[in-house]
Parts: sequence; structure tokens; C-alpha cells
Amino acid sequence: MAGLATVFGSGAMTNSIAEVENNDALFVIGSNTTENHPIVALRMKKAAEKGAKIIVADPRKIPLVKFAALWLRQRPGTDVALLNSMMHVILEEGLEDKRFIEERTEGFEAFKAAVKEFTPEYAEKITGVPKEDIIKAAKIYASAGKAGIYYTMGITQHSMGTNNVYSVANLAMLTGNLGRESTGVNPLRGQNNVQGSSDMACAPTVLPGYQKVTDEAARAKFESVWGRPVPSKVGMTATEMTGAMIDGSLKALYIMGENPLLSDPNMGHTTNALKNLEFLVVQDIFLTETAELADVVLPAASFAEKDGTFTNTERRVQRVRKAIDAPGEALDDLEIICRLSLRMGFDLCLNTPEDAFLEAGSLWPALAGMTYRRINDNGLHWPCPTSDHPGTPYLFHGTFPKGKATFTPVPFVKSKELPDDEYPFVLTTGRVLFQYHTGTMTRRSKALEAVAPEAFVEINTADAENLGISTSDMVSVTSRRGEIKLKAKVADKVGPGVVFIPFHYKEAAANILTNDALDPVCKIPEAKVCAVRLQKA
Amino acid sequence: MIDLTIDGRDISVPEGTTVLDAARLLNLDIPTLCHDPRLKPYGGCRLCIVELEGVPRPVTACTTPVAGGMVVTTESEQLYRLRRTVIEFLLSDHPNDCMVCQRAGDCTLQELAYFYGLRDNRFWGERRRYDKEDANPFIKREMEKCILCAKCVRVCGEVQAVGAIDLAYRGFNAKVCPPYEKDLDCEFCGQCVAVCPTGALTGKVWEAQGRQKDVKYTETVCPYCGCGCNITLHSVRNRVIRVSSRENTLNEGWLCSKGRFGFEFINKPDRLRTPLIRRRKDGPLEPASWDEALGLISSRFEGIKKEHGPDALGGLSSARCTNEENYAFQKFFRTVIGTNNIDHCARY
Repeated sequence: MAGLATVFGSGAMTNSIAEVENNDALFVIGSNTTENHPIVALRMKKAAEKGAKIIVADPRKIPLVKFAALWLRQRPGTDVALLNSMMHVILEEGLEDKRFIEERTEGFEAFKAAVKEFTPEYAEKITGVPKEDIIKAAKIYASAGKAGIYYTMGITQHSMGTNNVYSVANLAMLTGNLGRESTGVNPLRGQNNVQGSSDMACAPTVLPGYQKVTDEAARAKFESVWGRPVPSKVGMTATEMTGAMIDGSLKALYIMGENPLLSDPNMGHTTNALKNLEFLVVQDIFLTETAELADVVLPAASFAEKDGTFTNTERRVQRVRKAIDAPGEALDDLEIICRLSLRMGFDLCLNTPEDAFLEAGSLWPALAGMTYRRINDNGLHWPCPTSDHPGTPYLFHGTFPKGKATFTPVPFVKSKELPDDEYPFVLTTGRVLFQYHTGTMTRRSKALEAVAPEAFVEINTADAENLGISTSDMVSVTSRRGEIKLKAKVADKVGPGVVFIPFHYKEAAANILTNDALDPVCKIPEAKVCAVRLQKA
Repeated sequence: MIDLTIDGRDISVPEGTTVLDAARLLNLDIPTLCHDPRLKPYGGCRLCIVELEGVPRPVTACTTPVAGGMVVTTESEQLYRLRRTVIEFLLSDHPNDCMVCQRAGDCTLQELAYFYGLRDNRFWGERRRYDKEDANPFIKREMEKCILCAKCVRVCGEVQAVGAIDLAYRGFNAKVCPPYEKDLDCEFCGQCVAVCPTGALTGKVWEAQGRQKDVKYTETVCPYCGCGCNITLHSVRNRVIRVSSRENTLNEGWLCSKGRFGFEFINKPDRLRTPLIRRRKDGPLEPASWDEALGLISSRFEGIKKEHGPDALGGLSSARCTNEENYAFQKFFRTVIGTNNIDHCARY
């Protein structure tokens, strides 16, 4: 999100889900939408039926390809080359939106110079996508009246993830597909409340509402409401904390509702880091793999046992309501935090969920116009600054929060670890339809587990033939960081030289293999590309 | 706009509106079994028949577009008899096992039989029998209860764009099935279950868990991906027994397999029920009271802060927790611990 915030002054999905079905063109890159955002995908399919053209750019032949006018199979980690080349074509053909560029953007000339070398021929060599298809994609996207871009972790989980995001934003700016209905740059959020937890600033650089901790005026505002000093030093990101645990400078960690042991790249490294802590507190609904390492485990309430709000991927704030009581002595997270705080001598003064909601709204104007009563029926999209504001389904109408949006010249940077003789395959990771994240919730469902019970590695037919591997054979997959054994699924969903493993399964955890190389700006790890070798086990 | 008269009342509606939709704007209750406003008109069940002035035979309101000057009658003795006969036909080979049917009390066919007082049936005869049980883990398919309205087939094709099932065979032998009558093997979104007007399609996960008696309904938001689908939790005596979704929401009532069927974790016996503490290094995690657990955390956090400074502590929050909890968590770290070492794993 750091990427979009830099470009526009706000980092979130620009347009709403309902608008998807009225797009004229959809560019879906690095998002397996039908499996990871099934309900957004329904709108995409509807758009296609209404005549919209879908362009899918993905190393895997994902289910959405069936509905696409064009599918580009780029090599993992080569998105910038593909995007830059599409923009090269758009400029060559004169399909850019000159008025939009002139009136609403800055930095165009430097950007234009940066894409000059990305001819379709050059990009074909890097990405493996035929140059004719690059030209076709550029024309479809740029000549549509209303075109939206949709992406997820396939764009961001790279060591150059922020560059990828800049590049996606450049494409939308170049064609003026911003600030209007059914257009935009739309990162689809992978978890129910990613947007909300970002907004609420469980982040080391910002206070709630993306107000910088280094900004004295912002700190003063929070201090006056909180009645305590707010630290001005930027904190560590999750991935930096892992490093600090290894070097011993981070002594204690309090984890609320996460299972980083399974979800973070390079699992061996994460385990060592957590074990090196002096004191680990984990608060969760189950004894997760991470909780098993804790010194204290606190039992929390699930979503069905508490009141509050979630903010979905389209910035819509919606009510979560309590249906049943939590089991045993489990408490909701809000109450646990307040009790602990009181024990440590400070009353957070957040006695009910709505107290916390209203306090956040008093400190962040985008939420100021919302109350539980106002969002009761269908929620509201932020920004919603006043009590009579209808909310904002799409952003940037007329202007950007920072005035003009900024083009960023983006060079092509290779992934940190590429295949070589020893590790000849590229491994990319993701989810499957019937499981979710580390499986804490879905793997406890008999039905879901029955249809997706075990890990597998997708191997291209030609590669499998060379290695003498058939579907259901046990295969050992090895990277520089570890080895797992799992069943092979031979099909042409992945291209030659590429393998895919879902990361849900602890018994064959993909993140034992993945690389924890970081993006230099937002410190996201490179879960989507690393080098592995395969062997029949 | 098109002007017409329905049951003596004048109404003006946009061109292309169906007679059924126009009548519903007037709050007139025309019965339907195969109609769903989210699907294309089908005209299969023949219950929505109405009379048009100047047209000799009744027409289906769901497939008839309005025309200027149309005079529509939605209720008459003849219409009543025709509708009643249609329902009687549907019931003539229906297993009357409402006593044990999952959908009793929430079944359109049962409601219609009730309103039309259909206890006896002039057409009792041969029954369809489908003994084969579908082994898929999500959806129970009792095809002898199917009235062939094809809503499931249409939602699977029109909305989900999967096409896992279709109508096969003809006449009395007609049935809905996957290709070659194999077991269902699809995305298991359960959209078909959600639109089925009878007990033909139900969720195996909520079988015999409760129908309506003592059920509490709670409107909330799905805990899985970022779509933010609105769901309704059905709970009985502190157990969540089923998930459904209303039509007038951002997800239009549609859900995926996780959202619709993946709620079992809430009631699992291995949920954490008390705080756990490791009382000695490398010892086991043992149950403790809240007082002991919070006391230990408080003293360890304070000790580490005193010795190494506030930046020796860090917090990781969750994209699965509420806004309010995330707000409180960062406020706690910034005010009580005194550090900005706080992040969540999906910030990107």
C-alpha cells in the first residue's frame, strides 16, 4: 500500500465492487480472483457477459482465463517489463489520455523516457509473452471507455513489489482510468479486515488514518485525546521484527490473531526468531503453530462472538454482530487489551466497541461521519467526513488527496532468486478455493477439508515427463532454505519451468521453501518467486 | 414510460419491465416458484399466470413485458383454479415427508400447499424414485423433492458461470443432475442451495441441526476474504448451525464455499477456553486464570521495558480482528508500552 499512497496520497481500492460489472475492460494481473475473491469474480463474469473484455496476466492458467478475451502468461517476477511494454505501445499508438495527464498528473516526461526501451520485442524476451499479445492487451485496455485494474499478492509479494504497484498506477494514469465510475486501480484485499487494520494503523510509521508518527502536529492531536505521549520514532515492520528477534534486540512480542509461523516466508527463520524471544504472548481462538511456542496464550472470541466493524476491500465499513457467547472464559480482543492496559496502570477508556469506533472517527476525518446507527444496514464507504455525507464508492473524483498524481519511472528489476542449474524451477505460491490462509479455520471444516485435504505441487506436463513424475507421485521440492515432500499434480495450469504450491498446509508448508528477501520500501517478502528443484521421492 | 392497469390500479413503469415486476411494485402477491429477480425470466412453473384483456388464455407474468394500455387481472376464480391445479400436479409425486424435511417451515411449495389447502390430491400416482445418494460433502440432493423449476441450473450457469448441472431426460423422467449423473464435483458455492424453493437441495453441514424453532438470526460479515459479504448466522443455544445471506446486500446473497459452509470452526471443541501459561522454561502450557495470565504479562512487559527500553517490545495485530480491536491494540502499544513497533502481517 505504500506504493499507492505515494502516487495518489491514498492507498486503497479506488473503486467499489458493484462497479466491476460495468467496466468495458478489466485488466486482472496477479490475482486468482475466482478462487481468492469469489464474489468479486462473479461481478467480473457478469461484466464479461455484458460485453466487457477481460485481460488476464498470470503465470498460471487460472479459472478466470476461461472468461478472458486475452491471457498473458508472463514469467513470475516480470510484471514490470510487461506493464512498461504495454505503456510503450500505448504511447506509440497515441492512445494515452493527454488531457488527464496534463491536468491531473506530474512527472510524465521522466516516466515516458523510462518506458521507451520497453519495446514489445524486448519485453517478449523478458516475460515470455508474445509481442503481438502485449500490443493487443495494450490496445484493449487503452481503448476501453472505462477500464479497471485488479491485482493482489501476485503483484505485491515480490522483492520489487512496490515497483510493481507504481507500474500498475502508471498504466491507469496514462489512460485516465481514475476518478470515474468503473475504472481505477484496485488491490483486492485478501483478508476480511486488511483494509481496516491498515486504517486503524497497526503499522509502524503511521497513526490511525495514515497520519505519520513523525508529524508533530498529528502526534499532538492524538496526545490530546489519549492523554499520553506518542512515540515519534518510526517502529519496525513485521519482517524487520523477525530480524530483530534473531539479533536479540527485540525481546518480547505480543501477537493478536496471527499465525506468522505458517504464513511468513522462510519458516525455519521465523521459528528460530520466535524461539529466540524472551517472552511471547499469543492471543488467538485456537492453539496455532505460533501459539505453541508462546509463554502465555490468551483465549479470544471469534467473529461470531463479538460486536464491532470490518472494513472490506472496497473501503466499506460494516457491522460485525455478536451471535453467541465465546466458549469457556474466552474474551473478545478489545476487552483483553483494555484489561491488560488497566493492569499496567492505564485506562484506555474504550469500554464498548462503539467507544473505540467513535474515538477513531474523532481522530480521522474519513471516518468522522459514521456511527453504528448510520452503518447499520449496508455500511458506508470511507471517506465519509460528516454525518450527512453519503460515503465515497469511488475515489479521486476531480482531484487527488495530494493534488496531482505522480508518475514513477520504474526500471525492470529481477527477482532476488532466479532458477539456475542447481535449482532449475521457479516456485510461486498462493491459495486454493476451499482453504484459507494457514487453515486454522478451514481445515477444521470437515467438508472443506474433504475436498481439499492435502498439499500438492503443480507441475507442467512437459517438465513432469522429463522428470518421470505423474500425478499423485510423491515429490520432494527443495530450495536453499528447506525441503518438503508432497503429491504432484501434473497439468498445464503452470507453464514450463514453473511450479505452484498452496501455502495452507503445515504438513508440507510452502513457506519452508520461500525466500524472505524484502521489498526495500514496504518490506514485503518475496513469497511469489524463489528457485527450487524437484525430485521423485 | 409505459402506462397500464393492474387489478384496476393504474401504474407507469419503464419499458422492458415485466408484468410480474410491475405487479410487485403495486405490492400484489402473485405466487411464483421458478422466479428470482437475480436470474433471467424462465416461465417454467406457470404459477404467475395472469389474465390480459383481449387475450384468450392466461400468460405468465414473469415473461410478459408490459405494453401500453394493458389491462391485467392477477386474481380470478379461473386463475385460482389453474394455480391450485399446478400445485396439485407438483405435489402428486412429492414425498410428503415435511415432518423430517430440513426445509419445513421455509419451503415455498409447502407454503403454497398450505395457502391452497391441498391435503388430498386428484393425481396421486407413480412416484419418482432416486435412491442414489450424492457423496459430495457439502450439498444434499434429494431429487424426488425437485419441482424442476431449474433455478439451480440457472444460478449455476448465469451467476456462477460454472454449469455443473443441467436438466436431463424428458417428461416424468426429467431431472437435474451433473453430467453422466455422477456425484456433484464443482465449486460448491451453494448458490443452488440458496435458491432452491423446496427441500431438494440443502446443506449437509446443517442437516438435523435445527430448522426455525429457537433459531436466532444475526446479521454480520463473513470472516474470510476481503469481499466483505454480508452473512446471516443461524444459531441455536449458543451454537452457530448455519450461514445464509440476504439478497439486498453487496454480495446479492451469493457466497462461496468457505463463507457458506466453512463455519464449523466456531463451535469446535479445541477452541481455547482458558488462558495458558508456561510456568517453567521448556515446560508445558498449563491452564491459568485471567488474573495470573495478565499479571504475568504485565510484569514481564514492564520488566523488559525497564531493562531494555520500550523498543525491545513489539506487537503484531491481525487483519482478522475488528477495527475497534486494532485501534485498541495500537493505542495500547503507543501509550502504555511507548513504541511504534507494531504491524500486521497483511499490510501490503
